[in-house]
Amino acid sequence: MTAVEDRPTTEAPEREVGKARRRKEDARLITGRTTWTDNMVLPGMLHLAVVRSPVAHAKISSIDTSVAQEAPGVVAVLTGRDVADEQGSIPCAWPVTPDMVNPGHPSIAVDEVNHVGEAVAVIVARSKAAAQDAVELVDVDYDLLPAVLDMEEATGQDPDLCHDHLESNRSFHFVFDGGEAGTGADTDQVFADAEVVVSRRFVQQRLIPAFMEPRSVVVQPQGDNYTMWSSTQVPHILRIMLAMVTGVPEHKLRVVAPDVGGGFGGKLQVTPEEVISLLVARRLGKPVKWTETRSESLMTAHHGRDQIQYIDIASDREGNVKGLRCRILADMGAYLRLVSPGVPVLGAFMFNGIYKFDAYRFECDGVFTNKTPTDAYRGAGRPEATFAIERIMDELAVELGMDPLELRRKNWIKAEEFPFTTVAGMTYDSGDYETATQQALELLGYDELRAEQQRRRESNDPVQLGIGFSTFTEMCGLAPSRVLGSLSYGAGGWEHAAIRMLPTGKVEVVTGSTPHGQGHETAWSQLVADRLGVPFEDVEVLHGDTSVAPRGLDTYGSRSLVVGGAAVVNAAEKVVAKARRVAAHLLEASEDDLDYTGGKFSVRGTPGSEVSIQEIALATFAAHNFPEGVEPSIDADATFDPENFSFPHGTHVCAMEVDTETGMVKIRKYACVDDVGTIVNPLIVEGQVHGGLAQGIAQALFEEAVYDADGNLTTGTFVDYLVPSAADLPHFDTGNTVHEAPGNPIGAKGVGEAGCIASTPAVVNAALDAVRHLGVRDIRMPLTPERVWRALHDGGDGGDRATAGTNAYGGAQTETTAGVSTPQSALGGDR
Amino acid sequence: MIPAAFEYARPTTVDEALQAIAAGGDDVKVLAGGQSLIPVMRLRLAAPETVVDLGRVAELRGVRDDGDAIVIGAMTTHHDVMTDPLVQQYAPLIAEATETVADRQVRARGTFGGALVHADPAGDLPAVALALDAEFVIAGLEGRRTVSAGEFFVDYLTTAVEEGELLVEIRVPKLAGEWGMRYEKFNRVAQAWSIVAVAAVVRRENGHIAEARIGLTNMGSTPLRATAVEAALAGAQASPETIAAAARSAAEGTSPSSDLNAQADYREHLAQVLTRRAVTAAAGL
Repeated sequence: MTAVEDRPTTEAPEREVGKARRRKEDARLITGRTTWTDNMVLPGMLHLAVVRSPVAHAKISSIDTSVAQEAPGVVAVLTGRDVADEQGSIPCAWPVTPDMVNPGHPSIAVDEVNHVGEAVAVIVARSKAAAQDAVELVDVDYDLLPAVLDMEEATGQDPDLCHDHLESNRSFHFVFDGGEAGTGADTDQVFADAEVVVSRRFVQQRLIPAFMEPRSVVVQPQGDNYTMWSSTQVPHILRIMLAMVTGVPEHKLRVVAPDVGGGFGGKLQVTPEEVISLLVARRLGKPVKWTETRSESLMTAHHGRDQIQYIDIASDREGNVKGLRCRILADMGAYLRLVSPGVPVLGAFMFNGIYKFDAYRFECDGVFTNKTPTDAYRGAGRPEATFAIERIMDELAVELGMDPLELRRKNWIKAEEFPFTTVAGMTYDSGDYETATQQALELLGYDELRAEQQRRRESNDPVQLGIGFSTFTEMCGLAPSRVLGSLSYGAGGWEHAAIRMLPTGKVEVVTGSTPHGQGHETAWSQLVADRLGVPFEDVEVLHGDTSVAPRGLDTYGSRSLVVGGAAVVNAAEKVVAKARRVAAHLLEASEDDLDYTGGKFSVRGTPGSEVSIQEIALATFAAHNFPEGVEPSIDADATFDPENFSFPHGTHVCAMEVDTETGMVKIRKYACVDDVGTIVNPLIVEGQVHGGLAQGIAQALFEEAVYDADGNLTTGTFVDYLVPSAADLPHFDTGNTVHEAPGNPIGAKGVGEAGCIASTPAVVNAALDAVRHLGVRDIRMPLTPERVWRALHDGGDGGDRATAGTNAYGGAQTETTAGVSTPQSALGGDR
Repeated sequence: MIPAAFEYARPTTVDEALQAIAAGGDDVKVLAGGQSLIPVMRLRLAAPETVVDLGRVAELRGVRDDGDAIVIGAMTTHHDVMTDPLVQQYAPLIAEATETVADRQVRARGTFGGALVHADPAGDLPAVALALDAEFVIAGLEGRRTVSAGEFFVDYLTTAVEEGELLVEIRVPKLAGEWGMRYEKFNRVAQAWSIVAVAAVVRRENGHIAEARIGLTNMGSTPLRATAVEAALAGAQASPETIAAAARSAAEGTSPSSDLNAQADYREHLAQVLTRRAVTAAAGL
């Protein structure tokens, strides 16, 4: 036996990255036995309820709070007038153009309301029930103004104005022109020279993020300090913004996002209710809580999407694409919130998709309407871009008589061409569209389904079959700070992490990327276990509290692993580097002679001479025997600022059955192959893809926030706003290719939004493929059975839906779920 | 959301329940499974003065054989109805339709009688009761009375149950002969109410349809019978062509509403397609 074999080594721990670990945080999240904000009870806590406008647009002529003030348990009733001097404006951090118009956004309306659900007063009471009871006792008189609801009318001739102190309903006009930017040819010239031009108008309906946990805020004053617990995605951003809005100094404000039950972008916000809660706590010197009802959430938490897209594509007759021109109307709703204007701008550089265009021009008008403000929703700008390009590629294929996949293949970036700088100026990092596509076709059983489609057509089967593609890419890892700066965003895009080695050898990882259901605690533990060579179970991940994780930019834009995880890895490398000096001292060896594997430093060529990271942690704590001139700490932190975005891609293929008798559409099979770079935890990736698919399919088939002619939200409960459940979705056949992202030490590209971005056009393309031979050219989303039936029988895109809520459930609409109906709005239809 | 304050009574017998209703003031709501009442109270669409909770009235639960009929207690839960052997044997249409009601959690609490007396035109069970010629036993302080399904559903959310009365049980006649049944439900997501649905009950005799009874869900303010289709099918040959021709009259005499899910003309179209499908299946074709 050799000396090496005699070493009492333990096996190096199994590699954690790549292991499909179950999430360590799930037991507490699923059972709810955790720190949801609404679970919090503080001594003497008061409860808030918000009085909301039942009309879309009006001057407030009077508010009488006297009866409510006298109601049992009521402590105070505050109107917008009462807080006008201290409430400031809800901030917009993304002035996308220098001349962007921001009308200002009071947390409680003072003179005018601009959407149904806007806060007009707040009740403070000793119990939630008392607060709720008093809401009905506040008497508000409104002088009605015309409601601006339609973006095309709002930007047309002599429109009514959403804000009468502004000159128009336009907030901004943002342009990216590849010719002017030097990233492409002159767009007008390319279109003038083109052999084929196809133009379409697509509608991105308004959606509601519909996170599982309703929003909740608790504020505790302590002298002139305030602690806010909020169900937010962005405690760090919230702290800065609250300080700026309310004047409470930043260092006197601590914000905690405890466990948060989902957000999908819907909690990437500084909400009126957060500001109101802080103002009330400051004024009364008492802890307060506000928790929304589901109806309030659907009506007043920010909405998403809502664009009208005019898309022109130019090509030659052989199907080589030449130019792309996009004109977008983006509905801001009544006010600008945190990143409302930035959402369409995030899409501005992605409409060209994976294709090689010579010329590209994007222009977008941000439009005010008397509806709930829009802002980030899963994908934020990129689903809109992906939908437009993947739909117009199908339309071009039809025009050219080409197979839609052949047209894509002819124009997409080839694997050997990466890194590739696009006509929009983005440098795509890595990928292989052909391989992903081949795998997706195999997963679907493409040839067999095409044959069945043919059989059904020939036999004139009432149930027709169609197949739709989405060969997509997106940009993730928000974001390189310099790029954000060039787009006038108000902050950077870096992320921070710190690692603390505890005396017993356990590890605390502090991350500035605040999870709200993504599984950071598990994934970060896997990353750190590998880098430090410690057991997975020995790692604890701390997050979400600005006094625990003081630096961070939180979670959105598929950034957590790509940016936040990279910071964690870099911090771990620094810990190892510091520990190496200590190890060299303890082992009386040169740092250069040390190997570090499996959590142990050993001296090369000197068997049996080793020290573990845990032993070093204890030695550092004691600091009895430490190298000269070295501070006794091996803790480290790191801030990672990416140089480029990462660009996940994939091919999604949907096979759709359309019952031509009823218009019912049903997904027969769905296959997708995503390249999200290195996969840290396959189970989490699979879960993210499934959830994303559910939401992307939901946009195609189920969800739409519908307003009636008076600006009432008629989809104010889950009876009318249809969020699909597992029962309504097919089995998903998923796969991956792996091309590492070169821009971060993990090689990950981001997966949080991929499924949601990719799936919507695949589903719509599939439905159209099933019925195009019957004369259908387009069907508006969501593809309700009625719309599909009308498109089949009357032509057109299926038309407008009736705006009345369903009569089922007692026509479950009230002033608090919809607003006030008038004969004109026909709210509730025949109920 | 939090309901407005209300008085609460929890009787243990039908008599006690009737007393509680009588004593409850002007606006009394009876709580069965609560799957409709609690949400509308939480939305403050309803703010009753008194809620009379029937949860402890044991005599209202269960299914029993009563000779030529089966009798379903008004407080029998959807789950218990679906899985009851008598229902499965004599009225499988009820089991089939009940399986489509909402989701598992709702079916565990919601009750057969509660769903019927709520008389939601989008609810599944009223049209089924109509197609099966069920009878409704209503108790009052003065005694009990029985009304037919046709008389029971009066208007939108309105039944023949008068103030102070209580629906106590539903009698479903046992059908003699060779019967086939089918409930065709059309909705967008699994737990949703019907946009339109059709309950078909067909008696076959020597390759013919001797009798057809067709109940329509959500084609008006009450459940309706498709009488024109029934007339066209009576004695007709059981063939796809005959059934398709008859089903074209399915929307006659209906007045469906227009809402987010469907406008009236589309509902009329759906009624025809679904009637054809339901009758075809019930006729065993």
